[in-house]
Formats: sequence, structure tokens, C-alpha cells
Amino acid sequence: MDLWNWLEYGAWGLSALLGLYMLTDWLKTDGSYSEDVLMSSREGELEAIAEEHKVKS
Amino acid sequence: MTGFDITSKDADGMGPRGTKVGLLRVLGPAHVWALGVGIVLVGEYMGWNFAVGKGGAYAALIACWFAGILYSCVAMIDSEVTSTVASAGGQYTQAKHIVGPLMAFNVGLYLVFAYTMLEAANAITAGYLFSVVASMTGHEAPLDQRPFIILVIMFLAWLNYRGVLATLTFNLVITAIAFCAIIILFLSTSGVLGGGIMEHAALFEGHELPYGWIGILAAMHFGLWYYLGIEGTTQAAEEVRSPARALPFGTLAGIMTLLIAATLTWYVCSGVLPWEFLGDGVSGSVAPLFDTARLSGSTALIWLLGFGTLFATLASANGCINDASRAWFAMGRDKYLPAWFGAVHPKYRTPYRSIVFLVPIALIFALGAPLDQVITFSILSGLLGYTFMPLNIILFRRKWPLETIKRGYEHPFHPVPAITLLTLCGVTFFAVFLGYGTQLVAMIGFYIVVSLWFHFWRYRFVNRGAQFTMPWPKPRGY
Repeated sequence: MDLWNWLEYGAWGLSALLGLYMLTDWLKTDGSYSEDVLMSSREGELEAIAEEHKVKS
Repeated sequence: MTGFDITSKDADGMGPRGTKVGLLRVLGPAHVWALGVGIVLVGEYMGWNFAVGKGGAYAALIACWFAGILYSCVAMIDSEVTSTVASAGGQYTQAKHIVGPLMAFNVGLYLVFAYTMLEAANAITAGYLFSVVASMTGHEAPLDQRPFIILVIMFLAWLNYRGVLATLTFNLVITAIAFCAIIILFLSTSGVLGGGIMEHAALFEGHELPYGWIGILAAMHFGLWYYLGIEGTTQAAEEVRSPARALPFGTLAGIMTLLIAATLTWYVCSGVLPWEFLGDGVSGSVAPLFDTARLSGSTALIWLLGFGTLFATLASANGCINDASRAWFAMGRDKYLPAWFGAVHPKYRTPYRSIVFLVPIALIFALGAPLDQVITFSILSGLLGYTFMPLNIILFRRKWPLETIKRGYEHPFHPVPAITLLTLCGVTFFAVFLGYGTQLVAMIGFYIVVSLWFHFWRYRFVNRGAQFTMPWPKPRGY
């Protein structure tokens, strides 16, 4: 086994860890917050505050 | 409502329409530049040279410049519309406001497919690059590329999951290195610094246009590679601090960077590599900038362009994950797709469900589909998106003329860019049809089927009352 064989195993392992991290955090987040909060994002929030368009006649 | 402070650290991301957890507005023009150029620059490192195979070196240069005009129009039009419709989803949100739901659904799918396929293609390329490095460093057995392909997708998805600022700052650094590598290669091999190795006259003699003028037309298909993805800057619209300034600035700086990078790339590679070798991207020059560095004889250049190739590939995949997830998220938020995808992570402030959901899809294509088919699907989806843009800007200017709403940027010479873009899209469709007619017809068939599904089934679930969110006056004529 040379370095590249070890790197192959390392890549498999690291990929699994990263995947596991995302899945665990996802489940933890979904369990800790209500859907009402998680899906409360609305389009155009900044525009609702900042933009004032006026039609010139 | 006017007293609400969107820049407040306590209330950042929240808003008067009920947002409790929103995407974080932390990006500046440099991040927008990094997103757009980062997605594209891999096309300079590999892929564009198929245009040489289609029509010779001059055809590739003409395609480079015509595609440059096409994408300059795309950048100008996008800058105007997105600086006004500044929301995640980019062209999808533009279509929703300006054209209508069916167009928006299709444009959203073009975006997700174009970026997810490109992400898969980049991961395949990264796996290949690792195998090349392994063989160059003495590894005798063929390297198993799968763990490296998977690691690239998982690592970049994890980065995207954890926050947009780190994701695009990472892109900024590696994209800047990859771009500087092209500049340094040009300076080192063209004679500006030290002795030059360019042999344009000798290499072109007798091969000016080996397949005649039709070769130029055929080269247009791969001419797109020089710039494919610059329109992705629009997906950052909901996460930039100042959309009206950052989006036009980042996008237009991006297309200027790419015009320089594309022309230098063509000049350097076509002056060193014979066109027959350069134009064969499969068994000839897979990575022409790296091959040019190898022929220069400089070890430093070889390392620099080697890292440049890898960084460009990673930056592209990274930007694609960012963009595909924003488009998917925006469609979920409007219930064009299940609303469940419209969730935002309360800590990292990213569309985490969309990011994770697209990971297995990218993995399936990266591990199970041939590279050329994946790339072709990406190009065709992108091209359909570009065809939508001129129609979009014409309708936008007609419904909301310049004096009716403020724009962050007003593109000049309207409607010339729109007509030019539409014409060049038509030419490119014909060029694609010459080489990949079956895929083109199959893909259009696919989009017709999903359009029917949307019209007859999915549209009943769409959040119709909340579709139009911009505080604009009524469109002219309505």
C-alpha cells in the first residue's frame, strides 16, 4: 500500500464524516425549531423596507 | 416600516413581511465576482479547446469573441434586471415577476439542471486530476477516482451548508489564484518576461480554417465554455449587502475578467500546441493551459497551472452548489416545488435542505453518467436560459419603462443587446444541433413534459398570492 491507497481510504472516510455531520445537524435543527420558523423566509424583505418607487406621470 | 433597520445585528435577516430566519446579507461585489468567475474559469482550463477541433484555432478565436458578445449581453441584461429584482432564484424570480409562472418554472429547472450537471462534471474532472497527479508521483495501479469525486461534492456541500460568507470567500481566493496563474503563464511564455515560446505563424500555416466557415459555426457550441455560468452571479441577490451596487459591479467586472482570460488562454495555448492536439480534448490536450506550462519547461509554471486547474475546478463546483441550491430554495419558497425546501438554517442562514437534497443527485450524475452527456445537458439548459433573457428584458422595459422604477443599473443601447443575444442564441442552437441534435430534441421534449405536469398538476399548489413581491407600480398597459 502506497500513499495514494491511504489517501483513497482517507477520502472515503472524510466524505462519510462530512455527510454524517450534515445529516445529524439537519435532524437536530429540524427537531429544535418549528417549521413555522424554519420556513418563514419571505422574498422581497429588503425591498419592502428600502424601495419607494414612484410613477412619473 | 421605514424605521426598520435591516442592517441591525439583532434583527438581521428578519423583515416586515414575517421572515424570522432569512438568508444572511453579508456579501460584497468581490464575492459576486468570485461566484460568477469561479463557476466559469474552469472552462478556460479545459473544454474550450474542443472549439479548435471543430474548426481550427482561428475558428476558436472567432467563437471566443462572438460568445463574448453573447455573454456581455447576458451580463448587461442580468445586471439591470437583477439589481431591480434582488431575490434568491435569480432568473427564476425575474421570470416570475416579468413573464409568468410557467416561464418561471421552466427557467428555475434550467438553472438547477445547468448548475447541478456542471457540478457533477467538475467533480468528475477533479477525480481525473487526482488520478493524473497520482500517476505523475509514481502510483502504478489505476487510482480509484470515486472517493475523490465524492469527497469534492461532500466537502463543498458541507462548506455551503455552513455559511455563504466562508463559501464565497473560499471561492474568491482560489478563483483569484487560478486567474493570476493564466496571467503569469501569458507573461512568462509570450516574451514579456524572459524568452517567448510562441509559434503562431508556424503552427497556423496551412491550417487557418481547416473546415472552412462551417467550422466557425460548429465552434460556437464550445465557444460557450469560455463564459458559461457568469449569469450565476444573480443567485447571490438575496445575500449581498447592497444589491443595486454589488450585483452590476460584480457581474460586469466578472465578464471583463473572463474576456481577458479567454483571449489570453486562446493566445497562449494556440501559440504553443498544434491545433490537432489542442482540439482533441479527450486523447489530446485535456487541460491545455497545463499542457502549455509543461511545454514551457518551467517547474514553477507546471505547479502553478496544476494548482490553477484544480482550483478552477473546485471553484466551479462550489459556485454551482451555491447557485443550484438557491434556485431550488426559491422555487420551494413559492411552492413551485414542495414548500419544505424553502427552509433556512437558523444558525448558518443557508437553504440547508436544498443543499443536502441536491447532493445525491449530483453524486448520481458524477458517478453514473458519461462526462460529455453531463456537460451537454448543462450547456443546453444554460442556452435555454439565455434565450429567455432577451424576451425578459424586452418585456421588463415595456411593462416598467425606465422612468417608472429605480434600477441599480441601466444597460445601454436597448434593444440592441437583446436582439444580438437572441440572434447569437439562434446561431448557437444550430451549432449544437449539428453536433448533439438528438440530445437537443430529447431535452426540449423533457421540458415540454415537465411544463405539462406543472400546468395541469403542480400549479394548484403554488403560493399565487405571494408571487409578486416587488413594490413596483402596476405594469404599463394593465
